Amino acid sequence: MFLDLANKNLTQAAKPKHIPILFKPTRRHVLGGLGGLTIGLSLAACQSKTKSESPKALAEFPDNSGLEEGPGLFISIAEDGRIQIRSPRSEMGQHALTSVAQMIADELDVEWDMVELAQAIGHPKYGDQNTDGSTTVRNNMIHFRRAGASMRHMLEQAAANEWGVDKSECSSELGVIRHGSGKKISYGEIAKAAAALDIPSEEDVVIKDRKDWRYIGQSMPSVTVPKIVRGEGIFGIDVRLPNMLNAVIARPPTVWGKVKSFNPDDALAIAGVVKVLELPAPQGDAIGFQQVGGIAIVAKDTWAAIQGREALQVEWDAGPNETYNSDEYAAALTEAVNKPGDVKLRRGDVSSQLAQASKMVSADYYAAHLSQSPMEPPAATAKWDGDKVECWACTQAPQAARRTVAQVCGVPEENVTINVTWLGGGFGRKSKADFVVEAALIAREMGQAVKVTWTREDDLKHGYFHAVSAQHMEAALDENGQTTAWLHRSAFPSINSTFAAGVDQGSEFELSLGATDAPVAAPNMQVEIGKAEAHLRIGWLRSVANVYHHFAVGSFADELAHAAGRDSKDYLIELIGSDRNWDPTTDGAIYPNYGRSLEEYPIDTARLKAVIEKAAEMAGWGRDLPQGRGMGISAHRSFLSYVATCVEVDVDDEGRITIPNVWVALDAGTVVNPRHTKAQMEGGTLFGISNALYGEITAKDGVVQQTNFPDWRVMRMREAPRAMEVHIMESDAPPGGVGEPGTPPAAPAIANAIFAATGKRFRRMPILGQSDHLNLTGEG
Amino acid sequence: MAVLLKINGKSQAVDAAEGTPLLWVLRDHLGMTGTKFGCGIAQCGACTVHVDGQPIRSCITAHEDVEGTDIVTIEGLSSRQAAVIQAAWEAIDVPQCGYCQSGQIMSAVNLLANNANPSDGDIDDAMSGNICRCASYMRIRQAIKDAAKKL
Ligand code: FES
Ligand code: FES
Repeated sequence: MFLDLANKNLTQAAKPKHIPILFKPTRRHVLGGLGGLTIGLSLAACQSKTKSESPKALAEFPDNSGLEEGPGLFISIAEDGRIQIRSPRSEMGQHALTSVAQMIADELDVEWDMVELAQAIGHPKYGDQNTDGSTTVRNNMIHFRRAGASMRHMLEQAAANEWGVDKSECSSELGVIRHGSGKKISYGEIAKAAAALDIPSEEDVVIKDRKDWRYIGQSMPSVTVPKIVRGEGIFGIDVRLPNMLNAVIARPPTVWGKVKSFNPDDALAIAGVVKVLELPAPQGDAIGFQQVGGIAIVAKDTWAAIQGREALQVEWDAGPNETYNSDEYAAALTEAVNKPGDVKLRRGDVSSQLAQASKMVSADYYAAHLSQSPMEPPAATAKWDGDKVECWACTQAPQAARRTVAQVCGVPEENVTINVTWLGGGFGRKSKADFVVEAALIAREMGQAVKVTWTREDDLKHGYFHAVSAQHMEAALDENGQTTAWLHRSAFPSINSTFAAGVDQGSEFELSLGATDAPVAAPNMQVEIGKAEAHLRIGWLRSVANVYHHFAVGSFADELAHAAGRDSKDYLIELIGSDRNWDPTTDGAIYPNYGRSLEEYPIDTARLKAVIEKAAEMAGWGRDLPQGRGMGISAHRSFLSYVATCVEVDVDDEGRITIPNVWVALDAGTVVNPRHTKAQMEGGTLFGISNALYGEITAKDGVVQQTNFPDWRVMRMREAPRAMEVHIMESDAPPGGVGEPGTPPAAPAIANAIFAATGKRFRRMPILGQSDHLNLTGEG
Repeated sequence: MAVLLKINGKSQAVDAAEGTPLLWVLRDHLGMTGTKFGCGIAQCGACTVHVDGQPIRSCITAHEDVEGTDIVTIEGLSSRQAAVIQAAWEAIDVPQCGYCQSGQIMSAVNLLANNANPSDGDIDDAMSGNICRCASYMRIRQAIKDAAKKL
């Protein structure tokens, strides 16, 4: 989603997404093959010849290879009744494969054990494969369900034909079609006959009633975990091809830096190094997903390549970003938000309210650059055959990878095949295709298969960084302590700067993530954007601009409660105000609403308040706490889901923090897998706390200063909360996202808890950085 | 010079440059990719294997230094502790992306082999060298306790 939105001109409001039609009912989309049935839909296609990985004794899935055009292969039934689902969504820890299987298997009505998962290649015929924006379920549930239901419909019809009865007299049950007379036939047996039928039109397909769901809404066990615990999963970095070489790359230390000169001799002297070659520099005036250039060291094994890079003699031209110093930049951002910016949302008259308020409160917040640093660093393998290239990569966005490889290598897109491996985490980093492009470029040069591995140092020095930002907040309180005016000014280098030259301020899209969507009831509200140029590649990270916007909004709400002398939770509820569906466009904002319409997915303040009350109830909000303890709360709607987070911290005399408890209440509408949804809330919350306490990427002379995990700090076991409880609200509402919404409220919740425990307000992320002690004396 | 390594009970001759870490011998020379690379400097634990029953970081261990030892990787876990831990991991779906989990499991197996009933503090000490960026920490802790009860 971000990719698509980032590629658009965001000064125009994003139109509601067109949802592709599921089926075109033509014969071409059904293949009988070896007696089985395969169904195609517009989400789905597969050009490569694929064979089941199952032992020989099992029946083959139908041969997909005849299908070159149009909607392709998605669900297959073998003669023995096994089901193969080819998931168009990448698996990166959100258990997408399991959810996709649940949605299809439920409507198809088959035994869970009969389902096998495979991964689709990157191809536009699969529809949106960009596994980003927490979209797998929220944007695709209806497609997956209809796909399963359509197949069931065809199997029933085929059985009815066979028996010479009406389809309405037949019904399915777990892989078997039955007739009232007692006749029955298995899916495997009837699959071939079903394959001769046309795919039913959408109106003819009946999807299940919610009460009849067998798998949707159940905590089905993950289909990947049994392999993971035995070390059997194949991630991008694990791909091995015959005669494959291994490469690492010495990249320019600054963005748009270039190789000035290099001498390969010392690198070539390392045993195992076979070639040292210069990569082309990126073209045009926007870096996009291109390679950044540099020198590749190609070797027999990864270690030799790493040693070769150590030995390499290279001099760099620093280029236009060598003046970038994040300290100075922080000061400039703070200055930018302390003067009027471009107004992007206006309700009432904020300035006159602020001028005449009985109490005025203001605060500046700052949040550093962050790195996604997925545990598996980027890695990709490529192999050319003439002018065709096949790639294997841990990519969140296989179609973007295909497009970019084709563009940079100057071949048609049809010549590029992207195989998607498992991803060892993504968090937005692996949406960017630069590492796949690198593999393709080097493999072409070498004339044999090459894997490019990023080391952790590469990942931290050459990332697509989450934007650094400053936020200025002002509010007017009346004599009752009620907020009557709310001003939010934000400045950050925009994601758009990665895709277009001359971008010098954040977009409406980024503001819509936590700033223009803040459901503040005050009659006067204004959101402004300040200037900020980018000097690193700016990318998206789990929950994107919500991280810094909601850190400011959620902290400031708490500051207002204290200024008004009120309870933080009660004040938050009042700040949100009456039950209503709020539309930021009525106040002049451009509001993409995560690509969906506000009719289908309103900003519903009642749902937001309900999760706040629930989290507070779980936490026993308001109870007496021992000395040194404090509780903080925050809540935010993002990715169409509502999350409230309550954190309890314990701060000792020396300022060391521990987190005894966290409570999270989530309203994500319809939930497919509660167990994995809770896991996303746990992971998303801890990711947010890790950012807030430790996360900081800095740059000096345009060069990122962090090198590896010691100086890029992330949460470890001993720093994790001791206990955490997640509650999922019962809801029939359409599904919201779950991968990201846990992250935004975590940061202000812990900052608010630290305030409650210590009386000290921390307005800068990271709160601890490298230290293990809160700075309880200096400026927050 | 070929070095003879005993991995998961099997002796294998390896011809890698002197100083090549065990991690890259396993992954690139022997094709055993269950052991993962996360940092290369003993900071993340993704590369954890057992050498003579002790967890070590294979990314900083030269392969020639472990000649003559018993090396066990995630692919070769066969103890009762290991089976119970893997089952406990599966029972509550501990892993998210799973990339760190080979290392997590290798550390957890060693913890329970030495400590039948670990406290929270013991778990912190044994597991804090293994980073999980997906932050599956709540479930790792739970699964270790569940496994301890079964053993
Ligand atoms: S790769 Fe060895 S500890 Fe990180
Ligand atoms: S499960 Fe993804 S890093 Fe641990």
